[in-house]
Amino acid sequence: MTAPEQAGATAGTMEFGRPAAQDDPYLVVENLTVQFPTHDGIVQAVTDLSYTVRSGQTLGIVGESGSGKSVSSMAVLGLHNPQSTRLSGSIRVGGTEVIGADQQTLRSLRGNDAAMIFQDPLTALHPFYAVGKQIAEAARMHNDISKAEARRRAIDMLDRVGIPQASSRVDDYPHQFSGGMRQRAMIAMALVNNPQLLIADEPTTALDVTVQAQILDLLQDLQQEYGSAIVMITHDLGVIAEVADDVLVMYGGRAVETGPTKAILTLPEMPYTWGLLSSVPDITGATDVRLIPIPGTPPSLLNPPTGCSFHPRCPHVDKVPGELCRTTLPELTQATHPGHRKRCHLVNPDEIYLKEVLPEAAPDLIDEETGELIPELQVQLEEIQQETHDHPTKAPGRSAPRGGDHVRADPEKP
Amino acid sequence: MFAYTIRRVISGILLLVVMSVVTFYLFYASSSTPERFACGPKCTPTQLDTTKRALGYDEPTIVQWGKFAKGFVAGREFPDDEKLRKAAPEQVVECPRGCLGYSYGYSKPVNTLIKDKLPISVSLAISAFVIWIAGGVLLGITAALFKGRLIDKAIVGLSLLAFAFPTFFIGLLLLKFVAIRWGIVELPKYSDFTDNPFLWVSGLILPAITLALVYMAGYIRMTRAFVLETMSEDYIRTARAKGLTRRVVIGKHTLRAVLTPLVTLSGLDLAGLLGGAIITETVFNFNGVGKLSFTAVQRYDLPLIVGIVLLLASFVIVANIVVDLLYAVIDPRVRLG
Repeated sequence: MTAPEQAGATAGTMEFGRPAAQDDPYLVVENLTVQFPTHDGIVQAVTDLSYTVRSGQTLGIVGESGSGKSVSSMAVLGLHNPQSTRLSGSIRVGGTEVIGADQQTLRSLRGNDAAMIFQDPLTALHPFYAVGKQIAEAARMHNDISKAEARRRAIDMLDRVGIPQASSRVDDYPHQFSGGMRQRAMIAMALVNNPQLLIADEPTTALDVTVQAQILDLLQDLQQEYGSAIVMITHDLGVIAEVADDVLVMYGGRAVETGPTKAILTLPEMPYTWGLLSSVPDITGATDVRLIPIPGTPPSLLNPPTGCSFHPRCPHVDKVPGELCRTTLPELTQATHPGHRKRCHLVNPDEIYLKEVLPEAAPDLIDEETGELIPELQVQLEEIQQETHDHPTKAPGRSAPRGGDHVRADPEKP
Repeated sequence: MFAYTIRRVISGILLLVVMSVVTFYLFYASSSTPERFACGPKCTPTQLDTTKRALGYDEPTIVQWGKFAKGFVAGREFPDDEKLRKAAPEQVVECPRGCLGYSYGYSKPVNTLIKDKLPISVSLAISAFVIWIAGGVLLGITAALFKGRLIDKAIVGLSLLAFAFPTFFIGLLLLKFVAIRWGIVELPKYSDFTDNPFLWVSGLILPAITLALVYMAGYIRMTRAFVLETMSEDYIRTARAKGLTRRVVIGKHTLRAVLTPLVTLSGLDLAGLLGGAIITETVFNFNGVGKLSFTAVQRYDLPLIVGIVLLLASFVIVANIVVDLLYAVIDPRVRLG
């Protein structure tokens, strides 16, 4: 097993001011498999998923609908109905094993150590209870406090997430809030017990763009204040670029690429990630560039494709010799750079990406005369190579990879 | 809310006025001669004509309605025909304000008839209502919580059975076995609540159960569906993600949401029943409004028909207003206006 050694070699987390005690990841997901038996067969929603998140760090999970993003994070809080779900593997939140835990353990975890923010705050808040009451309820559930104290905390939280006149809006009902305010209220509810882990399931998808940015800023501010670990589930790479330290790309219930955000967004090595990047519009780029959609539809989780689950939609299948893509599921292996892992048979992904994919998806990144990459990108690429090979201490800005291998998946593990 | 209620009441009154006119015209739209039922089969044409005039059926429909309306507002005397009144002053019946008419079939004012029969139907409806709501909601929630298991299947299956059996069959079955053969309860008989509340209850049990069963079956299935639907709502997932106990998630968050449709449906169902349950009343020989309305139609007793139609209509109208007002209380999103 090589991953832990690399993790040790590249762990730069301490240099960012976090005490060594927090070095153990707060959330550890190991070999998580989630299956739903149905009349038509077993839906393999998540297969052999492993990741870790440290306190103060943000992991972004990206993927299409049905890729297993939400299902896997629901499992972290033990929210699946045990009667209709088959779970295996291990999920540890702050050292507590979630899988197989009794309801009592799960309840004391939920909303207390680990909280969740949902996609649509209108449907996720109870329409018949005042916002403040719903927040206070979460506070009272986990603390032995009076109603008045719980209400005071609710007002305090609403104030902290930026609801104006919190002391009067606390008695408003969700429908009296705007979309952005509802999501703020949702965040207030999730954070009222100061959770160590926050799972945000597409928290900005239902909001308009300006509000999206506000909510993301708010989450980042609160993260700095509380030092919580955040799992940000999204299909929006823009969100990932803004907030995530590390990225986990999921496809068909599996992790297909993981690594530090900057590395993944600059030099992805898995064709599915290429597809995701190519289908994102670039507002600074040329207006005549067409977005390139990923052809086909997400795979059936009832009858997953043989071999690599992306092969039916992958435009680069021919570049792999033989029938390898159709017959053999690639392992999640070390990519070119440490901490960066991919599930793909391609041997020279960097070359294909820079020579074929990028020129088509983002022609403005290629110098027309020389046919070379524009200098900025060159610099960025070199930086990544430097950072991942050397120490990551020089990494500037938030989007820089802060540690080596705290997102890692270990297919070798039993 | 006050202004809204006033508006609703006024429009309800207008609706009742329209309904009374429509009832008069529909009555005469049937081709038979209503006076024949009052006069009897061996009536001579002269007698028939006298009866017609005595009943006031000889005048144009709108004039008849006008007299009805005037009688309701200011009171009136029967018979309508002045000559008849003078011929037999001892038979003149005074009908004070609020008069709904005079039933010649029963030789009594409609108001008196309704006043006598209404307590029976109301008692029956309310006791059945209590049983079906309690049973229906409790069993419905139980079935939902044990979805797919034996207990759920048993509840749903039995409710289907209760739904499928006709009321008169269930009524007769209960009467024959529970009351007559086994003697578990006394023979159902209506006694006034103010006389003896205990007798009131014991006399009502069987008819109330009979009437409640079919409603209960429906409410079990609806409650089960509402609970299951609500439990898959996002806000229930949020409640669970907060770490709330199952008791709070179901007893508070789920039931609160299920309450809304249940209140609407049960309010309207109760209103429909207050005006009498013909079959149940017949099986247990309860002389309530249901049986009264049946005889009224059978005998072409226009004043009685109009009176009962307006009574039932006002129940439904009032129930609608009450349900809408309750809705605004239950659901903060609803604004009246």
